[in-house]
Amino acid sequence: MLTGNLLWVLVGAILLGIAAGLNGTFAFLQKQSLVGDAAAHAALPGIAIAYLIFQQKDLPILMLGAAITSALAVYMIQWIVGHSKLKADAAIGFVLSVFFGIGIVLLTIVNQTGAGNQSGLNDFIFGKAATMAKSDLVWLSSSALLIILMCLLFFKEWKLMIFDPVFAKGIGLPVERLRVLLTALTVLTIVTGIQAVGIILMSAMLIIPAAAARFWSNHLGIILVTSAFFGALSGALGTIVSSFRTGLSTGPIIVLCAASLFLISYFFAPTRGLISKSLKKKAFKQRNVAKEATNHE
Amino acid sequence: MNEFWVLLTGSLVGITCGLTGVFLILRKTAMIADAISHTVLFGIVVAFMITQSLSGYWMLIGAAIAGLLTTFLVQVLQSGGLQEDAAIGVVFTSLFALGVLFITLFAGNVHLDVEHVLMGEIAFVPWDTWDVFGFSMPKAVWMLLFVLLLNVLFLVFFYKEIKLSTFDPVFALSIGLPILAMHYSYMTLVSLTTVAAFDSVGAVLVVAMLIGPAATAYLMSKSVSGMIVWSMTFGVTAAITGYYLAKLWNTSIAGMMAAMIGVIFMLVFLFKPHDGWIWKTFKRMKLQKTNIQANS
Amino acid sequence: MNALQVKNLSVAYEEKVVLKNVNLAIPVGRLTGIIGPNGAGKSTLIKAILNQLPNKSGAVHILERPLNSKDHTVGYVPQRNAVDWDFPTNALDVVLMGRYGHIGMIKKPSTKDKQIAMDCLKNVGMETFADRSIGQLSGGQQQRVFLARALAQEAEVYFMDEPFVGVDAATERTIIAILKDLKAKGKSVFVVHHDLQTASDYFDWMILLNQTITASGPTELTFTEDNLQEAYGGKLFFMDQAKSNKTFN
Repeated sequence: MLTGNLLWVLVGAILLGIAAGLNGTFAFLQKQSLVGDAAAHAALPGIAIAYLIFQQKDLPILMLGAAITSALAVYMIQWIVGHSKLKADAAIGFVLSVFFGIGIVLLTIVNQTGAGNQSGLNDFIFGKAATMAKSDLVWLSSSALLIILMCLLFFKEWKLMIFDPVFAKGIGLPVERLRVLLTALTVLTIVTGIQAVGIILMSAMLIIPAAAARFWSNHLGIILVTSAFFGALSGALGTIVSSFRTGLSTGPIIVLCAASLFLISYFFAPTRGLISKSLKKKAFKQRNVAKEATNHE
Repeated sequence: MNEFWVLLTGSLVGITCGLTGVFLILRKTAMIADAISHTVLFGIVVAFMITQSLSGYWMLIGAAIAGLLTTFLVQVLQSGGLQEDAAIGVVFTSLFALGVLFITLFAGNVHLDVEHVLMGEIAFVPWDTWDVFGFSMPKAVWMLLFVLLLNVLFLVFFYKEIKLSTFDPVFALSIGLPILAMHYSYMTLVSLTTVAAFDSVGAVLVVAMLIGPAATAYLMSKSVSGMIVWSMTFGVTAAITGYYLAKLWNTSIAGMMAAMIGVIFMLVFLFKPHDGWIWKTFKRMKLQKTNIQANS
Repeated sequence: MNALQVKNLSVAYEEKVVLKNVNLAIPVGRLTGIIGPNGAGKSTLIKAILNQLPNKSGAVHILERPLNSKDHTVGYVPQRNAVDWDFPTNALDVVLMGRYGHIGMIKKPSTKDKQIAMDCLKNVGMETFADRSIGQLSGGQQQRVFLARALAQEAEVYFMDEPFVGVDAATERTIIAILKDLKAKGKSVFVVHHDLQTASDYFDWMILLNQTITASGPTELTFTEDNLQEAYGGKLFFMDQAKSNKTFN
């Protein structure tokens, strides 16, 4: 069952889950979760352009192309919001759909060139973790390791930058550069993950584990660890489940595993989960009633 | 004739989405529309699983329910303490993944492949016709006309209500407007618009058409009615120019229409007199120059 | 007759109590200031009275009747920063929104409604700005438009949430003149206010609030140092200044 390649896929999915879980938490706290979605969609034209220029589908080259257009999309969102009265949601939706539209135009052109038909670029839309080549998985894993390392290195700087940028600047942190670094790392996470999970669902890897982890704690450190754990768990479960049956894309299964973890957290997490909250509310009301009763005596 | 139907379909998508999109921008719910455009897939698949048919009515109903479900779930998660962007992200990726899974498991051999859902098949529109009262037109055109009619009726009856509950919900509530009911009715319209459009042009172009023209119109106009006119104009322009460019370069029609929406937006964003980016940058530079001269 | 009567009103979010056992009875024809420190629940009180909060308990009567939005007896000026001023519309159109309650669902504003809106705009000295985009108005002008919209409601009881925040001196004078005019016409006006220095000049009735009611009554009886110290929990450093200002006036 656990053949050599599947083991590699499993390792890759777990590392990717950890990387996305960590990075996604920072994006979540900046309220930038959907920017990640736009950046993921914007990877498509980059992949197509890279293929059209170099006529080969080596992962590093396609990843580079994807990273360039993804970063461009993020920059464009900031530019539009900064220089017009449009709000972030409109800018994100606009950039996301237009970049993806351009991507489809280019992809159609690629598919019309003779060799392009077999280029497998279409796989990027839904991901194909289970059938990734070993060399690609090595790329994926090392890139994910780099992201994890960076998140650990800059943990306290990003924490302060997100919580209180003015104070961070005041104590001499290069806030602007830190922000650019975090954005770059988000782009890297997306680019790393899209071949495995797919463009459309990559943002889920960033958003769902972080959102689920938020219900478990109010401390950033614990949220980060929980989110990384959820990411790794959904990556592993998703890979294993989707290997049971041919024709199942890995991306959707990973996302559904993450969604299940989210639902569990939403209802049962002891800190901010729905059930514990309503219990606390009830206890609070009863306390008040009791207090009132003694007041009246 | 086939070209005519494709152009008409594209233009109707432009008009309908342009109209609906205006209040998406004004209500700052553009990303909920993006979410709905993904989750209608889920609705259509479930409708198919229940009825075992791919007829237009069931698709519309399934999509409307999925759209409402999306809106509702986002609101539930938000009131459960999750911030809006994350709530949207969690809901639509989960439902989309579920939709894709259902297709693979239960509908694998039907004409319901996911790429079709994403990119649409506008070139095939003329061949799939419906006869209504002895009048034969492409199915897509019928559906779009129907949804356009609903949109127009909604605005004819509730224009001032939706405007006020968008601009100042707190005040609207104080004079007794049912703002939550307005929200859900409007989101139902968005879902219906999405499904009517996406069968022909795909989910991605629907999002582009819902958000892009209205966002461009937002930069252009000083009144909601002006914004509606501009938005529909931009939508139709993008549809027609996109079609001919796609024909010229022999590429995806829907993708090219989305790209043209981007081009139109950038033209307005950069070159609009007085508050376009280039105009403003130029003015700033001139101001700096005069300042320097005044100082020296 | 009481303009406003509140019995045992409490509001709590999650585990935080915002308002506790509020009881009020305020006669018709008063210009009432709602005063209290930040976080005292002033805006919450107005929202609870206007039936905008789901999680409240207690009873509210306006003009001796439970609030019914179809009566059009209540006019409302929300906080200015609660809306998006980039919204593509002009000043007259915003004032016209005050007529929507009278017009009813589906129907369109009549010429008479437009005339009333224009008169209200004139009333606040903004008639020359009728066609101006609301985004191009200054903070003070935006506040006047909001006030004009409330006037267009032709209500009996008005609630205003911080109408003096971020406005210029001229606007503040215009607003207070209009409020006093409303009072002279027998209307009842409730204003959330946080500037103690001007409070006693503006209002003839005061509600001092800090989660519970510290005092409510005619200004000369309620606006005392003891009451204020209680409402502000001893954080009142500028009381002396407020008092000395009063002697000057």
